[in-house]
Amino acid sequence: MISLREVIEKLKVEPLTSNQSLDHQVASGYASDLLSCVMKGAKKDAIWITLQSHLNVVAVASLLGLSGVIMTEGNRPDPETLAKAENEGVILMVTPKTTFTVVGELTSLGLKGEAEER
Amino acid sequence: MSQVLKFTKIQELIYELPIERVMKKNVIKVSPDTLMTELKEVLRINRISGVPVLEEGHLVGVISIEDLIKALVEGDTQAPVKKRMATKPITVRESDSVVEAVKKFTQYKVGRLLVVNDQGELAGILTGGDITRGLLEAISLDYHAEEISRYRAKHIFEDIVSDQTSLILRYSVKSKDFKSGGRASSKLKRALDRLGAIPEVIRRVAISAYEAEMNLIIHADEGGELIAEMQPDVIRITVSDHGPGIPDVNRAMSPGFSTAPNWIRELGFGAGMGLANIKKCADYMKLESQAGVGTQLEIVIYLKPDSSDETTPSEEKKQELS
Repeated sequence: MISLREVIEKLKVEPLTSNQSLDHQVASGYASDLLSCVMKGAKKDAIWITLQSHLNVVAVASLLGLSGVIMTEGNRPDPETLAKAENEGVILMVTPKTTFTVVGELTSLGLKGEAEER
Repeated sequence: MSQVLKFTKIQELIYELPIERVMKKNVIKVSPDTLMTELKEVLRINRISGVPVLEEGHLVGVISIEDLIKALVEGDTQAPVKKRMATKPITVRESDSVVEAVKKFTQYKVGRLLVVNDQGELAGILTGGDITRGLLEAISLDYHAEEISRYRAKHIFEDIVSDQTSLILRYSVKSKDFKSGGRASSKLKRALDRLGAIPEVIRRVAISAYEAEMNLIIHADEGGELIAEMQPDVIRITVSDHGPGIPDVNRAMSPGFSTAPNWIRELGFGAGMGLANIKKCADYMKLESQAGVGTQLEIVIYLKPDSSDETTPSEEKKQELS
């Protein structure tokens, strides 16, 4: 397992939520832009990589107890989404890189894409 | 996650807690004409390292043990306090939040701050230790309150006795209100957490409630209602709306089938996975719908790992469609 802090430093993604601890451990990774797929597939403490940047991303991440969300290709959440993330303890990060690149980098850090088995 | 939450809680408190809740109100003070040698006794007897100087009730300065040491070194112990005190004491207002005090401590590198009320009169004194103690007390109070409400919630089914006790939670969900997406399911999740349900079960309830809630937001003409009925060993979630209804329930159940319009798909919804996800998470699921009339979805999830075997005939565990 690696910490969010390490992910942020190594991938040079930009964390947006200010008052959250970055020592949270990342257990696995999941990438999708379809929220129901994330609901189905992402494990607790996974990091989620997506193009989506709206309010419901925070709801999904919070309900699943994800360790963080990386929004790719320069997509940024609006202030309302950011405020909700701060409130719910969800850590949001942004990057201009594509989802493909981010997933590749996370894989090389040793993260696995284990999907929730049910 | 709990670490994240605790960390945030302290930060919240620093912003929320007013200084008057953590400051010492019993302030020992001296007058400008007190002699340094008298001050030495005041500090020694009270085991403190500094005092405010008041003249007819007005704050005129502050004098500390460092000032006393300098006076001792210079042989100036018979001087009045007013000669050696700092005349512009650093003050904070009692109604300010603790974070203001933390900032001033960092900025001025002083050991104590004088607290004044809105009229500028001395109301108390504050040290770093007071802040630490105040925060710890506030956290433990908060923690205690949370513990009590958890304890009460956990025992609700034991405290209130009937032949069959249910706790019913109703959430109304508005049509196309994407901004509130997940509101009902988050609250339901929190309720189950308080009731002491198993995390794995809470997760299944949260996922199925979320999918059902989003279905109301995306599809229901006038929104709908999500009702969760909780019993000690089972939760039954009934989700109902008044239209448009599902013309082909079997098709709606098949993974990947979606009738969501493009603008909704662009938000990441409409993957056609919602009902399939619910089916996976539920121990029992029943979907009834009539085109033009409305849809009713029933989800049953057993809260204890073994209760499904005891109380349910196995054929009932399969989903029912009609």
